[in-house]
Parts: sequence; structure tokens; C-alpha cells
Amino acid sequence: MAETTSTRLTAAHVLEYPYRRSVGPVLGAFFTGLTERRLVGVRARDGRVLVPPVEYDPESGEAIGEMVEVGPGGVVTTWAWVEKPRPKHPLDRPFAWALVRLDGAGSAMLHAVDAGSAAGMRTGMRVRPRWKAEPEGNIHDIVCFEPEARGTDPETP
Amino acid sequence: MSEITSITTPIRLDYTYTAGHATQRFLLGMAEGRILGQRCPECAKVYVPPRGACPKCGVPTTDEVEVTGKGTVTTFCIVRIPSDVLSVPPPFTCAHVLLDGADLPFFALIQECEFDKVRMGMRVEAVWAPKAELAATFESIRYFRPIAEPDAPYESYKEHL
Repeated sequence: MAETTSTRLTAAHVLEYPYRRSVGPVLGAFFTGLTERRLVGVRARDGRVLVPPVEYDPESGEAIGEMVEVGPGGVVTTWAWVEKPRPKHPLDRPFAWALVRLDGAGSAMLHAVDAGSAAGMRTGMRVRPRWKAEPEGNIHDIVCFEPEARGTDPETP
Repeated sequence: MSEITSITTPIRLDYTYTAGHATQRFLLGMAEGRILGQRCPECAKVYVPPRGACPKCGVPTTDEVEVTGKGTVTTFCIVRIPSDVLSVPPPFTCAHVLLDGADLPFFALIQECEFDKVRMGMRVEAVWAPKAELAATFESIRYFRPIAEPDAPYESYKEHL
């Protein structure tokens, strides 16, 4: 049926699944650590510390659970600049998604880096977490990572 | 702070829904307290709400049809879990209502009836929002309630389960 009127009905439609998942003892230790502003990983069978921690060794599949504190500083191993943040991004200004290998860790963790501009980003740069005022026990307790003070970057003269 | 044993990980998608011609006709009908459907020119089935085409014949549904708010419960389920999106406290019953003259059951809340008295074949009618609150939304029909008519025989709706 041809609609001759220029009316065009539109409406906001939200599809949301408010999942709650149990985290188990290993990720639970990671999230509990965040509430205390501590970063913890798990030691794999080959000696590497994996952050965020996993419950099973990635090579052998054996259960692992020796928690090791890492960081809080770390090194950017790779990054991508976001010029126009989307509404649900962690920062409302341009930022980098980056893999951050925390000091003492053998794996890198994805998080945001607030560096002002892409010119402020470099693979190998040192960063540290910026903590939320009231931690709640989830990854957003780290607001983002930020460049460590000038002079602490070993590759900066 | 105590040990963290669980986290919330909501998945949320924000859409802007555009009704399209057929659904728009239906929704504008809702605002007038009317239930509008469309009839397939080939198989003569009446779709309420209309989607603009017959899924069986694959042709546009061009004839508009108005149906009344009376119909038959074809199937139902009792909801015992509370939900943020429904204001009705559980337990309550949701049903598929086959409106008289329509060939597609209509999802509906059943009220003014004990939740466990709803049955297949039960005759019901739409209860509309007050005239001042009618709008271009499914919610213009607040719910369906039983009417004093004998149950419809199974044969009359068995093709619509």
C-alpha cells in the first residue's frame, strides 16, 4: 500500500542482555586485585606470567593457579589510534587501543591509553594505570593507561 | 572490599527502528483504536500486524483489512520470572491470540483472569488504553481479557499454532 503521507515512524529500540557471569577463582583473584589497585597474573607451566590470568595452561591444558603480582607500569607492545571515540568507548576524547605488557608479565593486556594525540604514542613506550576513584572489581577500575612521566621511558633520551 | 565472584557484562545494541509502510499503517491504526491488517491477493490470508508481503506467496499484500479486537487463544505460557520490561508482577500469562478474520496470531498479555485459567480456545477481547492515551504503539492495546463466549473448537485454530 503506497503511503502518500510524508510521515515516517521511527523509534529507539534497545536490545540489551544484562549478563552476570561468575568469574571463578583465577579471574576472581584478578578482579579482587583491581579493587585493591593491584594487578595480578597467573604463572604458566613455562614460567611466564599471563595477565589477565587464565585457569588452564595454554600449552598443556593443566589447571594453573599460582597468582603473581605484576605492574603497575608496563610497555605498549602495539596500538591503534581512535580519532573519533564512539559512545561506549572508555574515553570521550581521542585515545589509543593498546596491548600493554605489564612489568613482570609475559603476555600483553588490551586497554586504552590516554596520550592526547597519536604523536604521543609509540610502540615500546612506558605507561601506568590511571585508577578509578571507587573501584568496583571489574576492568573499568582501570580508567585507562597513561604515559609514565618523561624520563622513565628507557628509549627516551 | 570482599572477594569478587562475578561481574556484569551487558551486551547492548542501540537501534533506530523505522516502521516501513505496512507496520506504519498498523501503528497509525493503533493510535485510532483500530486494528489494521493486510490480505494476500493470492492466498487470501490476512496478516495482523501486516509486514507488507505474504511470506508464503512472496507477493505484496495490497488490500487493507480491519479486524476487531475479539479473538481466540491458540497457545499460551505462564511467566513466573519477573522482568524489568513488563510492569505486571508474575505470575501472569502471555498468549497468542488469533483475531477473528486474521490468519496470524497476535502476541498478547492476558489479564482480568486467573493466570492458570487461560486455555487454548479461550475467547478474549482487546482492552484499549483510554482514548487520550492511544498512540502509534502496540501498547495502545493494554491486554486481552476473557469474554463470555464458548471456547472455540480446536479445528477452528489448529492451522494457526
